Amino acid sequence: MSRTPTEPPARGIEALPGDLMMWVLIVSELLVFGAGLLAFMGVRLTDPAGFAEAQSHLDRTGAGLNTMILVTSGWLAARAVAAAESADTARTRALLAGAAALGVAFLWIKWLDYAAKGAAGITFETHPFFTFYYLLTGFHAVHVVAGIVILGLVAIRPRAPTVEVGAMFWHMVDLVWVLLFPIIYLLGAGA
Amino acid sequence: MKYQTQKIAYAYFLVAMILFAVQVSMGLILGWIYVSPNFLSEILPFNVGRMLHTNSLIVWLLLGFFGAAYYLVPEEAEREIHSPKLAYLQLLILIVGTAGVVVTYLFNLFDGNFLLGNEGREFIEQPRWVKVGIVVAALIFLYNVTMTVLAGKKTAITNILLLGLWLLSLLFLFAFYNPANLALDKQYWWFIVHLWVEATWELVMASILAFLMLKLTGVDREVIEKWLYVIVATALFSGILGTGHHYYWIGMPGYWQWIGSIFSTLEVVPFFGMMAFAFVMVWKGRRDHPNKAALLWALGCATLAFFGAGVWGFLHTLHGVNYYTHGTQITAAHGHLAFFGAYVALNLAIITYAFPILKGRDPYNQVLNMASFWLMAGGMVFMTFTLTFAGTVQTHLQRVNGEFYMDVQDQLWVFYVMRFGSGVAVVLGALLFIYAVLAPRREVIEPGPVITTAAE
Repeated sequence: MSRTPTEPPARGIEALPGDLMMWVLIVSELLVFGAGLLAFMGVRLTDPAGFAEAQSHLDRTGAGLNTMILVTSGWLAARAVAAAESADTARTRALLAGAAALGVAFLWIKWLDYAAKGAAGITFETHPFFTFYYLLTGFHAVHVVAGIVILGLVAIRPRAPTVEVGAMFWHMVDLVWVLLFPIIYLLGAGA
Repeated sequence: MKYQTQKIAYAYFLVAMILFAVQVSMGLILGWIYVSPNFLSEILPFNVGRMLHTNSLIVWLLLGFFGAAYYLVPEEAEREIHSPKLAYLQLLILIVGTAGVVVTYLFNLFDGNFLLGNEGREFIEQPRWVKVGIVVAALIFLYNVTMTVLAGKKTAITNILLLGLWLLSLLFLFAFYNPANLALDKQYWWFIVHLWVEATWELVMASILAFLMLKLTGVDREVIEKWLYVIVATALFSGILGTGHHYYWIGMPGYWQWIGSIFSTLEVVPFFGMMAFAFVMVWKGRRDHPNKAALLWALGCATLAFFGAGVWGFLHTLHGVNYYTHGTQITAAHGHLAFFGAYVALNLAIITYAFPILKGRDPYNQVLNMASFWLMAGGMVFMTFTLTFAGTVQTHLQRVNGEFYMDVQDQLWVFYVMRFGSGVAVVLGALLFIYAVLAPRREVIEPGPVITTAAE
């Protein structure tokens, strides 16, 4: 939507940066993960001891490392948007590649985590805690995969608006993890 | 009528309305069987009557969608339909198939025959030869309409309509896969049933609604398209994984209870979006279109779909609630208002809009048609309330107190009597509608006084 300088400044949804459809997707995703986390906390109220015991099997160090990886990756994506706005294609691509590479690192650590759980015989059905654990972190991991694909797609012809839309999705993935990490891994631990 | 081939829609709408009459009449008979259970038990067993009620509904709604496509695609693509002959051949195949299903079931012919016998799977009971016919008809339709659009102007409305119709046709292919394992059977069965009414049909609904809003309100296409994209995105986002709300108790893994609960709750969003869309467009629109009846149906459709599909769906979609209400009259209440609001009213809206134009009677004041709206909508809403109350009582007596099914049914009798009454209103409304669009000739509106000074 190009506006000539004579038009009044955009208001309401017209004033949103990026693409409207991406905002619709982001709000929808936040609703889904928010509802999932609320349900998780609701069910935890019915069995605090069982949830605490189950939580003690999680790998907090790996998840903490993953948090730093994903936040750093988000920072690189934000730098990529700035580079795209100054029309520096090579720099934009390098930053997007860096963001995506950290996404892959996140997935690798997550995979080690799942493999360890699998080896310990912990499945979806082991305890309601793990039903939510696998559902929420699994859904999130699928979004990391999708995010890496999207970053790759916008890197093909990195114009500022498309890079911005890709980075918006990536920040959403980032934000969701920052919500999942404390609630699933940390909350109630040590109590 | 700008394009001659739009006339194809007339034949489709006509057959659709005949089946509509069959569907609601069968509904009335079934409603009476609830009141007096031995009624017609020898001639028309309940399961056959119920199959006719639901299948004629689905077939006439699809015929309406096809008709709507043949009506609006030429206008949107700005060219004639690729092949009118193929369009009529498609209709003929569908009519023969429908007649085949009815005859096969009524007389239970060729029982057990691979090709000719019924398949006995709810909603996709058609004998295999009919299923093949449906696929051939769908292919003809998709070819015909896609060729028209490819050669002409592509708009968001036709793109979304075609996406919906392509996907719903592809999903029907699951009707040919019938695993012996009942849980697997149901899993794939819902790929058709759920992903039709709670995903692909919503795309069809949103695009037809958008077409009606474009014509009736005169709001800019750009604004309408933005709404359309948002509605479609939220419909697919929530609807696809919302399938999980059918997987709670059929032997699927337990995590579906959470996936189904969360995503199907969000299915309210696109229906709310469509209602908001319709009303905002009417408020924004400056066009005073003479076809008030079509506007009434369009707004009624969006509103009743929100309540029937959205609110009444949410009412029993959370698995903690559904554990108790599953398969009670609550489901029947939801099913009736959702189908009526979303898809029946949608078809009647496009028929009401198109018929005066197809018959060359525009502009046209459709008072009888509007009366039929209130009769049908009123009857349907009353039916929904009686069934909801019946379902609530049933849930408590049967699922909480643990009384026997038939003992509970006896206690619901008074609700079934009231439901029958509301069914009479719906049937009268449907017959009045059909009469109103087909018969009257001289109901042309008087032009209002011409106002020369600006209104203050």
